[in-house]
Amino acid sequence: MSEATVLMQGNEAVAEGAIAAGVRFYAGYPITPSSEIAEIMARRMPQVGGTFIQMEDEIASVTAIIGASMAGKKVLTATSGPGFSLMQEGLGYACMVEAPIVILDSMRYGPSTGMPTKVSQMDLMQTRWGTHGDHWIIVLSPSSVQESYHLAIRAVNLAEKYRNPVILLSDETVSHLREPIDTALPEPIIDRRLPAQKTGYQPFKTDATLVPTIANLGTGFRTTYTGLVHGESGFQTANGHVAETLVQRMRDKLFNNLDDIIRLETDHSDDADILFMSFGITARGVTEAVETLRSRGRKAGSLRFITLFPFDDDRVRQAAGPAKTIVVPELNSGQLVLLLKRVFGDTRRIVPLNKVNGDLISPAEMLTFVREENL
Amino acid sequence: MRSDFLRLERLPDIWCPGCGNGVALRALLEAIEQLGLDPDKVVLVSGIGCSSRAPAYTAFDNVHTLHGRAIPVATGIKLANPKLTVIVITGDGDSSAIGGNHLIHAARRDVDITVVVFNNYNYGMTGGQASPLTPSSSITTTTPSGNLDRPFDLVNLAAGAGATYVARSGIYFTKHLVDHLKKAITHEGFSLVDTIVQCPTYYGRFNKRGDAAQMLVSQKDWLVLKSVAEKKTPEQLAGKVIIGEFVNIGRHGPAAASTMKEQA
Repeated sequence: MSEATVLMQGNEAVAEGAIAAGVRFYAGYPITPSSEIAEIMARRMPQVGGTFIQMEDEIASVTAIIGASMAGKKVLTATSGPGFSLMQEGLGYACMVEAPIVILDSMRYGPSTGMPTKVSQMDLMQTRWGTHGDHWIIVLSPSSVQESYHLAIRAVNLAEKYRNPVILLSDETVSHLREPIDTALPEPIIDRRLPAQKTGYQPFKTDATLVPTIANLGTGFRTTYTGLVHGESGFQTANGHVAETLVQRMRDKLFNNLDDIIRLETDHSDDADILFMSFGITARGVTEAVETLRSRGRKAGSLRFITLFPFDDDRVRQAAGPAKTIVVPELNSGQLVLLLKRVFGDTRRIVPLNKVNGDLISPAEMLTFVREENL
Repeated sequence: MRSDFLRLERLPDIWCPGCGNGVALRALLEAIEQLGLDPDKVVLVSGIGCSSRAPAYTAFDNVHTLHGRAIPVATGIKLANPKLTVIVITGDGDSSAIGGNHLIHAARRDVDITVVVFNNYNYGMTGGQASPLTPSSSITTTTPSGNLDRPFDLVNLAAGAGATYVARSGIYFTKHLVDHLKKAITHEGFSLVDTIVQCPTYYGRFNKRGDAAQMLVSQKDWLVLKSVAEKKTPEQLAGKVIIGEFVNIGRHGPAAASTMKEQA
């Protein structure tokens, strides 16, 4: 353990990671199980020269951070399922205006008010498809307090680098875990690219990166934003060709950089005949289940999604190794498994393991499942 | 008015012939010019609707946001960079229906932004439906037998929510409008100017208010200066709308908050 090792709660690690990455504006609305982040930011933002504001609802929270992002700040808001639903409108707008924002969604049991203090993984598809229209979002999923810290930094970095909203998809358990973590920076801090030339400046003109520079409001570039389809000038149009170009660029700016964005963690996948695929808190139980199975001579392995979206079928196929059976434990009625069935078709046996009672799936339950299902 | 305040290449605008929005926008640009603001430090933020297309025609930093959400976006911009002059252009539906919650909370917080409501008493962009400011009994496409609801009084709504500067004007009274916009923009704290514009295409046509010119000129009959209204009886003011300055007080700062704490 280094000198930088401290005991932290998952939510605190997100707040401190975000601050370490340069976040200086936080707007939010209280909701279990993410409220600690707002409380910590209310205290911490003034200490680091930043701004905290409690807004009237989650719609206002997400739109306030979009405004602050346009004015040049690195920004964060945090919420849970019901609030995340309200944020979908702003999330779509952030995609369209390419605003770097980070939203933490700590998943609790739903739908609706559900069980506010109980864990779930029921928002997976909402992160990807919650807002209307074709759009692309980066979604990262921490399994530990340490990773909450690291991924908060990475989320801010990716948002600034790709001018794209990033969702940090945590859950009630990871949010409230307390674990010792190392607060050393895991990667360099990335700042948005600013335009150099005022003459002939076009707000949405891009180079080979396909990521436009950002002229922060008030810096003399006289920039322009709209949620309407817009060309390089930023002015609205109903031209179908411009619309098609815009939507394809917003996809390609991420999909041309999958090596940079996608992180999958594998364990014993090279020779496994049974592979667990999971994300978030559920992956913690998988680790022990795989160890136990291995100790009994079973060739078990795991794949953990640290990046959930963008989702790249080829990378998942490659990382999966030779396993004939893929078990997909998740705290919902089957969301990740839908993607994996698409990826693997009939080439592997895909077995969902779902739990929807507000509790975690224990390693023992995974082992029992493997035995009882004759996997 | 300085022509370099407009992006001429984006014209013509989308507004119908006879729409009042152009006059209201011109008044705002006049106010900005007369105040001598640094154009690089002015940000115009809008929601969705006819009014909200205005900022994109200007040469300032401009942000066309979501329906009803201009005020929280503007709040984020202002708090992120307090040196900016942040002005919201919104409509009656955008500000008082879908954005009503944001409006009252920004007024309560006394965020130092200016909200200019281009109030045409209906939703023009979507074809002339009723808004929360549509007068009772008025005909719109969603009140074909006359509006059963009572409208908000936007001035009283903003004042009740804590706005520290509230005024109302109409585009017939351009100097009056420019003067009050200037006071709103220079006011430290949350300011709102209810700016009455005509919608001859829908509200005017459905309610037999005449053509655009008649609607515009009629403002001098049904809009009454506050100083004049103060000398009139309630009977004389029936059917009239009062224009002028309604609230102009010091902002609610931490000082005011600490006083309340001491009292408690």
